[in-house]
Amino acid sequence: MAKTVDLIAETAEPSQEMQPRSLTSGVEALREEGAVLRIPNLPEGVDELPTEDETMIINMGPQHPSTHGVLRLMLELDGETVLRSKPIIGYLHTGMEKTGEDLTYLQGTTNTTRMDYLAPLFNELVFSLAAEKLLDVEIPERATWIRMLMTELNRISSHFTFLATNGMDLGASTMMIFGFREREALLAFFEKCSGLRMNHNYIRVGGVAADLPDGWRDDVLFLLDDLPERLIDYDTLFTGQTIWQERSQGVGVLTADEAIALGVTGPILRATGVPWDLRRTMPYLFYDQVDFDVVVGTYGDTFDRYAIRVNEIRESIRIVRQILERLPKGDYRVQDKKVTPPPRARIDESMEALIHHFKLFTEGLKVPEGEVYVPIESPRGELGCYMVSDGTAKPYRMHIRGPSFVNLQALPHLMHGGLVADAVAVISSCDPVLGEVDR
Amino acid sequence: MDPLFGHGIDLTIVLIVIGKTLATFVVLLLGVLLLIWYERKLISDMQNRIGPNRAGPYGILQTLADGIKLFFKEDLLPEQADRRVFRLAPYLSAVPAFAAFAVIPLGGSVSIAGHRTFLQLADPPVGVLFLLAMSSIAVYGTMLAGWSSGSKYPLLGGVRASAQAISYEGAMSLAIAAAVLIAGTLSTHGIVADQAGKGYLRGLLPKWNLFTVGVVPVVIYVIAATAEINRPPFDLVEADSELVGGFHTEYSSVRFALFYLAEFMNTITVSAVAITLFFGGPNGPEILGLGGWSGFLWFLIKEILFLSVYVWIRATLPRFRYDQLMDLGWKRLIPVALYWLLLIAALRVGQDQGWNAALVIGIGIGAGALAWGLLGLAARTGAEQAAEDALGLGEVRA
Repeated sequence: MAKTVDLIAETAEPSQEMQPRSLTSGVEALREEGAVLRIPNLPEGVDELPTEDETMIINMGPQHPSTHGVLRLMLELDGETVLRSKPIIGYLHTGMEKTGEDLTYLQGTTNTTRMDYLAPLFNELVFSLAAEKLLDVEIPERATWIRMLMTELNRISSHFTFLATNGMDLGASTMMIFGFREREALLAFFEKCSGLRMNHNYIRVGGVAADLPDGWRDDVLFLLDDLPERLIDYDTLFTGQTIWQERSQGVGVLTADEAIALGVTGPILRATGVPWDLRRTMPYLFYDQVDFDVVVGTYGDTFDRYAIRVNEIRESIRIVRQILERLPKGDYRVQDKKVTPPPRARIDESMEALIHHFKLFTEGLKVPEGEVYVPIESPRGELGCYMVSDGTAKPYRMHIRGPSFVNLQALPHLMHGGLVADAVAVISSCDPVLGEVDR
Repeated sequence: MDPLFGHGIDLTIVLIVIGKTLATFVVLLLGVLLLIWYERKLISDMQNRIGPNRAGPYGILQTLADGIKLFFKEDLLPEQADRRVFRLAPYLSAVPAFAAFAVIPLGGSVSIAGHRTFLQLADPPVGVLFLLAMSSIAVYGTMLAGWSSGSKYPLLGGVRASAQAISYEGAMSLAIAAAVLIAGTLSTHGIVADQAGKGYLRGLLPKWNLFTVGVVPVVIYVIAATAEINRPPFDLVEADSELVGGFHTEYSSVRFALFYLAEFMNTITVSAVAITLFFGGPNGPEILGLGGWSGFLWFLIKEILFLSVYVWIRATLPRFRYDQLMDLGWKRLIPVALYWLLLIAALRVGQDQGWNAALVIGIGIGAGALAWGLLGLAARTGAEQAAEDALGLGEVRA
């Protein structure tokens, strides 16, 4: 009989749960208290930390109304003040990266699109860009502009979802409904284009799945005219609202140095005043050809993170207007028989087309050997795809750098010293999507 | 004193009293059913939604359906709970909510079975004190529910409940005291009767306490009462996005329904008290053919308007944070309410003694400014001290 092995005891991984202080090592305790750049020292006159009798370790999530899905937090509370906090992840782990190694490049976008389910088009885009860089194909201009159009609209819908959940977490139920109402209009447009409200699989290796449908321009123009007016409502109801300001200003403050040390990106980094937006600093697609402002904050608090997203919606609207003017006619996917499947009609006429079709869908498209990392600016920060190809039709390794995952490590720092209500505001302002965190 | 009891007590009178008790009970229960429906519908309209529309016309029976469903659900009792207290707490919440409504004058005096009587279940000489007492007891329900659940989120909710109730009880009592001072009686019927008669500006404005005591105590009462009954933006005790469900996280079935019922009954009672104390109660021009019953109609109209305001607030405002709630209660509402009460008292005494009203007001404003300045200084010093302490603590931790 084989000797049974206690797998959990065999791994070097320590328990994920937060332990009482007496069982926690100094380094671990520091991490849970959110130490970033400072060296701990006891100042004169202040003697003791609260004892274990005075504190309470409370478990927040994975089933909790405001942990955005299945994030689990353990908080050590002194009264209502958060002393230590520990985010625990993995409750939505589905092994998408590993699965990606067993899917062809044509199937890959179906997989990645499910990671950040609030911004699915970005996941498809980053996967496609990485594969195309390995393939070294030239994407038609129209396809690139369509990709920009769709991702900018997706950025707007993602930010509206943030506004909705942020409002809900701070107790403003009307804001939640408003945010989802606006998102609904955008999802209807995505459905018209791709057939699906979420997980579109619209942006694929070699271009996009289909050309824009009839009447799309009117739909987009209607959205562009409608949304700015809605945003004015948001400003009246929330931005200028005293309770809203008091709840969010000065809560969860992050400085630029700390933000960079923690590796956070996206609105959280920009809220600290660092103008780091990959669309501007490392342009991809045609972002170097459009005119837009990078919105930055001053204080790095929850209010700044809120305000940045509201204004990024405005900037995205500006970008979409420019895209509408510049969108050329042409192909919506690359005309390379080895990459793009032939249109249905061609299969009936041409033997060659039939063979290509058969080969593409059974074997998949072969990608030359090499490795590549492609970053783009998703609504949550730097979304990167690292891809290694061994020359076959499936990636040898596919890794996604999810911005939500990296941003989460700022949580202990942001929550430290705040109240439970602040902790909720902080989670909300980091806008994590757990599908992307766990992958 | 109710004229019903003027000439001894016989069987008819006992029956009338029992009838009135039942009627009040039913009115309140029906009121809750309709209020929940009304709130959901009104908020839906404000949020571009449809709201309940399945059960009955316009979904008006939705609450009834929900209530029946709750009664048939499993009644869970957590293992860690303190069983007796856990079972007792919902009643501590619901019973005072019913009892408090008993002293509200719902209408003028009417004739039932040949006897004149007030449309009011009870008119004790200490009516207002009774109201305050009931609202204080109701806090025990929330607090004990949180404590006895044997769970951490309800515990935090219970702690918040007790702190919140203590802070806002003060401001609320001071605001109510202004109305009591004007009427010179603690009887709710007496306070309403005091507000009848010719009004201000040649009868253009009614003689409501709203105008007699000024808007300040009314605003303070409404804010403090909202906090007292844990409605948004002061719903920290439940705070679904922070504490899951707060004090009632572990409750299910009938016990949960009782909390829910109590919350909405309290909303109705609090609005009714506001109407009684500041908005003339059931007073209003007589509606043709209704006689003494027209008062009840006026009461209903005022009540619905008041409740609409509460619903509107719920749809608009985000939730306060714990410390901000305390700041608002102790540093703003209580000082202002106390000052206003003293000012009214000084004016009253001045009227009796024949002092110069302008002089009294002038000195009052001067004293108020001085007190405000001193209080601001104290608050700032305290805040600095707290910030220093917090800083020290922060250095230890980081």
